[in-house]
Amino acid sequence: MEDLSFHHQARSRAGGTRRMAIIGVVASGNLEVLAERVLPETECRLEIKTAAEGFGQVWDAVVADFVERYSPGGLKFSINDGGARPDTVSLRLAQAVRLMAEDEP
Amino acid sequence: MSVTDLEKPSVEQARATSFYEASARARIRLLLDPASFVEFIGPEQREVSPHLKLFDLPEQFDDGIIVGRGSLAGSPVFIAAQEGRFMGGAFGEVHGAKLTGLLRAAKELKSIPVLILFDTGGVRLQEANAGELAIAEIMRAVIEARTAGVKVIGLIGGRSGCYGGGGLIAGCCSALAVSEQGRIAVSGPEVIETNRGVEEFDSRDRALVWRTMGGKHRRLIGGAELFADDTVQAFREAALELLETTAGFGIDTLNAEQSRLEDRLQRFGACRDAVEIWAAEGVADAASVPALPADQFIELADKVRRIARDAR
Amino acid sequence: MKNWQQGRQARDARIEAGAKLAKGKIVEARDATRLMEAVIRPGDRVCLEGDNQKQADLLCRALLAVDLARVNGLHMVQSGIVLPEHLDLFDRGVAKRLDYAYSGPQSARIARMLFGGKIELGAVHTYLELFARYFIDLTPQVALIAAVSADRDGNLYTGPNTEDTPTVVEATAFKNGVVIAQVNEIVDKVPRVDIPADRVQFVVEADKPFFVEPLFTRDPGAITEGQILTAMLAIKAIYARYGVQRLNHGIGFSTAAIELLLPTYGERLGLKGKVASHFALNPHPALIPAIESGWVEQIHCFGSEVGMDDYIRARSDVFFTGPDGSLRSNRAFCQTAGLYACDMFIGSTLQIDLQGNSSTVTTSRIAGFGGAPNMGADARGRRHPSAPWLQAGGEADPDSSALLRRGRKLVVQIGETFGEKNVPLFVEKLDAIELAEKLKLDLAPVMIYGDDVTHIVTEEGVANLLLCRDANEREQAIRGVAGYTDVGRNRDRKMVQHLRERGVIRRPEDLGIDPLDADRSMLAARSIKDLVRWSGGLYAPPSQFRNW
Repeated sequence: MEDLSFHHQARSRAGGTRRMAIIGVVASGNLEVLAERVLPETECRLEIKTAAEGFGQVWDAVVADFVERYSPGGLKFSINDGGARPDTVSLRLAQAVRLMAEDEP
Repeated sequence: MSVTDLEKPSVEQARATSFYEASARARIRLLLDPASFVEFIGPEQREVSPHLKLFDLPEQFDDGIIVGRGSLAGSPVFIAAQEGRFMGGAFGEVHGAKLTGLLRAAKELKSIPVLILFDTGGVRLQEANAGELAIAEIMRAVIEARTAGVKVIGLIGGRSGCYGGGGLIAGCCSALAVSEQGRIAVSGPEVIETNRGVEEFDSRDRALVWRTMGGKHRRLIGGAELFADDTVQAFREAALELLETTAGFGIDTLNAEQSRLEDRLQRFGACRDAVEIWAAEGVADAASVPALPADQFIELADKVRRIARDAR
Repeated sequence: MKNWQQGRQARDARIEAGAKLAKGKIVEARDATRLMEAVIRPGDRVCLEGDNQKQADLLCRALLAVDLARVNGLHMVQSGIVLPEHLDLFDRGVAKRLDYAYSGPQSARIARMLFGGKIELGAVHTYLELFARYFIDLTPQVALIAAVSADRDGNLYTGPNTEDTPTVVEATAFKNGVVIAQVNEIVDKVPRVDIPADRVQFVVEADKPFFVEPLFTRDPGAITEGQILTAMLAIKAIYARYGVQRLNHGIGFSTAAIELLLPTYGERLGLKGKVASHFALNPHPALIPAIESGWVEQIHCFGSEVGMDDYIRARSDVFFTGPDGSLRSNRAFCQTAGLYACDMFIGSTLQIDLQGNSSTVTTSRIAGFGGAPNMGADARGRRHPSAPWLQAGGEADPDSSALLRRGRKLVVQIGETFGEKNVPLFVEKLDAIELAEKLKLDLAPVMIYGDDVTHIVTEEGVANLLLCRDANEREQAIRGVAGYTDVGRNRDRKMVQHLRERGVIRRPEDLGIDPLDADRSMLAARSIKDLVRWSGGLYAPPSQFRNW
């Protein structure tokens, strides 16, 4: 297992009012993303525990693109990764932001 | 640009989704009344397995089981759902403790039934001792809850089926509903083949596995009370029906169950294949059973075997 | 005086030699090898029918067993190298030279044999090219073909997998060749005559039915969310944008996802009747939900698919069927239809380079081309207009006179940025080039040339190459959808952003696609059993796809 951590400034606050959302499962080639609205409005943090070691650079690129595309200000993402491909990671992160964009149920 | 260009599906449309394919969270969300679910020890509490780290394996924030309360057609229920894709839905220490706690709460309150959405291959190998203990604790908690008057309903239709200790717990429940995909057994196909040889059971023969352990067979031999089509809606209706019709629990129930099982062994003990059992049960074209659509199968099963409400 | 009848006399001599083993035209299976020895001469050009689906397997084994003193050094001209025995012929020395089109299942071994010098390679063709050469410079002296049944005169019923048979027989029978057919059974009257008796000289009844493989069955259970997202991108950015009604598509999981999204996602987008109504396509089981939902008007098929016979028979409004009710396929006609009468090809590949060239060849596998290059190429001889064709032509060349401007076929490559075993789809240099260098080929085996490709679709987005104005823009458009492969990560970020603003690159969020819709619940069928249910029980999947 490898632990990775990223901290970014986002352009703006992530939309919606949900406090927490979770998507995905931990399985081979899959991951879960837990999103929590716990940070100041323009900050974004990702804490990753991954089963695939040595892919820090790819994670760095995936996370940077994600922050650029979705501006998830105020959100902390905690990820348990079963060795997902980068495209699956991107999709799950997009889904997590999309869930947070909903109003608190 | 708007985030989406499509209308969100209605509750009815969403409930038509496959139970087998849905995640544990989606099963709970769609099975219960909309927005009624409240989770206990949710993923944000990060109550993960203390063992997996030692094996350098990834954890899941809910340890593969979701427990909580909600309402079903307006009435309160406790609910637990296993995620069959995380470590095969297997029981570990935390996973098991969450279910035990839920059942004990139900026992205390006496009036709120429990739905268990099984999806498990059995005990997690990496925490075998804790997992085996968890199975024993859960079986005890099920029986104690039932003794206190709580109905414990098992719903089985997930990817991992209901195997190992899960099969034992299912056997303790007040009633079960199963779909075609929801296999119920203790030893899985590979275990049987390894221990008894491929002549006894060829685990790669998928058709054999499904007709021996699958939901249709379990329904026809009385192992499950209801057969459900593979939709969340069908399982919701099955849960409501079982909550309505399941009788109380006492020594009479156990005696009835004992004689049902003795009778079953006597009648079918010599059969070599599920198809022989179905034929012996009076199914005219037994070989066609695996291919029957759900509605036709339910009609057939109702004709062949009335639900044995006095047993369990 | 020159003898102008040498070919005919040679053929008559071959038939006479073979006739000694025959009762009428019928030869016993046990005499098949002796028949080969009687009819075939060393160095002959032989077409051993190896189609996509149906295989003349008994005749192949008979040929493999010949006395090498009598038959050797053959030049095999056949579309498919499919069975191991097809290559055993070369190992044993029965055959020496090979011209072919497709070798999917044998792709690794054929690569080894080419490197080892066991096979003298003529060329790897597309189906249509090889068929064309049957009539110009690769005309077979002997054709060994397969059919379902024959009558005693030799009339043949090919069954739904007619495939290459009429083309092979046409070229052989009318140019002094000998046609030998293996059939599953000899009957009093064939259900329909696919090949008339006077083109068939010998018939061998096989002890078991010819080999057929379910090549086009994709289990919906294996379709991933990434493939669903990619399919949604294709539907919105291409099917809907151009209003593509006439098309051929590939056999991979991405296009299977499209088939299964038409009745759900496509329906919600209001596209029914506007796209995907006419196909040049094999009868894919995954298309059943779209057919049953009324999307598909008609399909012409290259061949059939295992388990689809009863369904096709019951849906003759959609498929081409004979007076007997069963499917009539024809690879040559369907390839021509795909080339000239379709406005789009969409399919997957293994490697795409920075110019958009694509190939399914790797240095250890030579799969051949099959039909994809013809499907995935602009037909320069096309003259009839259609809205998608004109629109694509206009996007490529907006400034020229509309009356003189060629349209463009939409040629779409679809796939995930990382394929099986995490192998990247995008590469700086195709393995095909390395292979060509190693084997000293004149041409690298490119499946689809970059200048024919109009769009590339991955889960990251859609690149519309028609809108690129120079090679640099093309390269950055390709890099811009190449995800986190090395090719993708080495993009010029500013230029990619600029291309996105111009609509050359479109991301899911640009197209209003909700990432939460990339879910398997969106598929009209999620299992083989769902497909059976959609078909009303008419589709009978083969046992390896059943779990009941």
